[in-house]
Amino acid sequence: MYFERFDPMQGQCLQILDQAGRLQEALRPDLPDGRARQLYERMSVMRLADRMAMSLQREGGMGTYAPFYGQEAAQASAAFLGPEDWMVPTYRETGALYLRGVPLANLYRYWMGDERGMLMPEGARTLPIAIVVGSQPLHAVGLSWAMKLKGEKAAAAAYFGDGASSQGDVHEAMNFAGVFQTPTVFICQNNQFAISLPRRQQTAAATIAQRAAGYGFPGLLIDGNDIFAVAAAMTEALADIRAGKGPRLIEMLTYRLGPHTTADDPTKYRNAEEIEKFKPADPLLRLRRYLEAKGLWDQAAEEDLLRRGQAEVEEAAGKAKAAPPPAPDELFAYTYRSLPPYLERQREELRAASQAQGAVEAKRG
Amino acid sequence: MAKLNIVSALNQALDQEMARNPRLLILGEDVGREGGVFRVTDGLQAKYGAERVVDTPLAESAIVGAALGLAAGGMLPVAEIQFEGFLHVAMDQICNQVARYRNRSRGRYQLGLVIRVPWGGGIHAPEHHSESPETLLAHTPGLTVVQPSNPYDAKGLLLSALRLGEPVVFCEPKRVYRAIKAEVPEADYTVPIGKAAVARKGKDLTIVAWGAMMREALEAAEELQAGGASAEVIDLRTLSPMDSETVVQSVRKTGRLVIAHEAPRTLGLGAEIAARVSEEALTSLLAPIERVTGFDTVMPLSQLEEYYLPDHRRVLAGARKALSV
Repeated sequence: MYFERFDPMQGQCLQILDQAGRLQEALRPDLPDGRARQLYERMSVMRLADRMAMSLQREGGMGTYAPFYGQEAAQASAAFLGPEDWMVPTYRETGALYLRGVPLANLYRYWMGDERGMLMPEGARTLPIAIVVGSQPLHAVGLSWAMKLKGEKAAAAAYFGDGASSQGDVHEAMNFAGVFQTPTVFICQNNQFAISLPRRQQTAAATIAQRAAGYGFPGLLIDGNDIFAVAAAMTEALADIRAGKGPRLIEMLTYRLGPHTTADDPTKYRNAEEIEKFKPADPLLRLRRYLEAKGLWDQAAEEDLLRRGQAEVEEAAGKAKAAPPPAPDELFAYTYRSLPPYLERQREELRAASQAQGAVEAKRG
Repeated sequence: MAKLNIVSALNQALDQEMARNPRLLILGEDVGREGGVFRVTDGLQAKYGAERVVDTPLAESAIVGAALGLAAGGMLPVAEIQFEGFLHVAMDQICNQVARYRNRSRGRYQLGLVIRVPWGGGIHAPEHHSESPETLLAHTPGLTVVQPSNPYDAKGLLLSALRLGEPVVFCEPKRVYRAIKAEVPEADYTVPIGKAAVARKGKDLTIVAWGAMMREALEAAEELQAGGASAEVIDLRTLSPMDSETVVQSVRKTGRLVIAHEAPRTLGLGAEIAARVSEEALTSLLAPIERVTGFDTVMPLSQLEEYYLPDHRRVLAGARKALSV
């Protein structure tokens, strides 16, 4: 219904919950208030987790971190994937991965430069994050193709951004998905900036969603800060995909309130006024207004949530900080299934050098 | 004379050449308004306009492929690839297209273009932001590959690259982008492409390095001096076509050779240098050639980075081993 009624070619964008927290009941997907409240709680903790990562970085424990502040509703798209579905994330999906059940402490460890943090829980059907922009939608196409071949009723979700939409590999992924009718949902979080480049300079097209037409499958543009629109789009896309109707593209229009990464200085390319302009579009703010109007939320609940959430993220940060550093041997562990002799010699060289260095440092005391 | 770091020296070279040559344009991700993620192109868009310092869509293959067309069409494009890990996305355009155009067109198209790329590890960055894949480029006939190690050479080599009339991949050692300051003349000057430099004279052994490893090599040479051994340190500067003559001449004098690079050992440029020295000066060698390199593993993230990257201590250990024979 949503994909049919809202045509991105006509400039239509699905919004169900507006900034004031008013819901269009006629468009409401199967997202009961109880579930909406639960998602509000999870998205709020997500934001605290993001903030904690930023402060871990400032403390010096992290090299770089890519925050998702402002994109919590779009990240919550992951809540609509089933355990049988595959999730193929980018480096900005910390919130989505958290919802997917990846331990926050692992994600922190990864960004602290410990690759063991990217070991996904057994059977989690979640790929490691992709750093090379636009490389991963093809992997989602392959994964979903495999599921189709095996007769599984499941989808693969390819996460990418407005910047990635310019990459050749992303075009190729959507074209393959269309040709082979793979059960792939392409989730473009359009946060309106690729580092410094605004969306209008990324493509001359009015929307990214309209590209789906060129690949022969439906696309939908939604307000990506509206959890009801996210629920509507995800639920319908996944139902259609599981019914064998081929791939879907969802463009979630959102706004990156923070920097590209902690290494970025956004004042170089956008002013504080612009950011202020987008603050009322905050995905948490409108959902809270909605829940409050329904009598499902109040200040006491908010304070209780923030207290519990803060404790949760602090515990995760503590765990990550307390994790012993990886042993130098870890360098060699995953290069090949078994180490060729010359690599074994290199490992020995490193062991000897580390021991010698350790001895020197111990002596210096 | 002003003391500049590598970032400022490169910025000055681009600025001066843009003022001189109206055909020069810069294109890449975040090179304009942002001034590049390392600020190498800082201020240039404000000065020369958005048509000459172009923020492109996020597409490395398009940046290089379009640069080829711009060059064939009479412009002098300077393409920036944000990190060396993203170079691979453009590898078809670089290796199959740019590198071969002179040959394919039987000399009709001599593409003057420069692809600038921050290079190497040591900045605690995410995956794909710390590698040294120079071998892939040096193994591709038709490409000129350059890597300065200091601010003076950075400006002089970049000006040479911009005037070469050939495709140049200009690798910039990001670890020492701001760590080394040196006197850089405001005036126009060039440093020749295809010539290695003897950065320090010595007689007991030869150390060859380039880029950020030069700092480690020079530090190791200093420590060797304290122990009474004199090391000659050669900065390769142009990685391809390689000036192995300078290395061979030095080894004929010293009889001992240590090659230091960040890239993995197997088929790293050290292998080619060792092969050429074996061909030209085997009888001068008094000890086996030592390679002090990254391991043949995937470049790790920050917590293991210091174990991966060779530092002056490992160069020193390699030198002592060569001297012990």
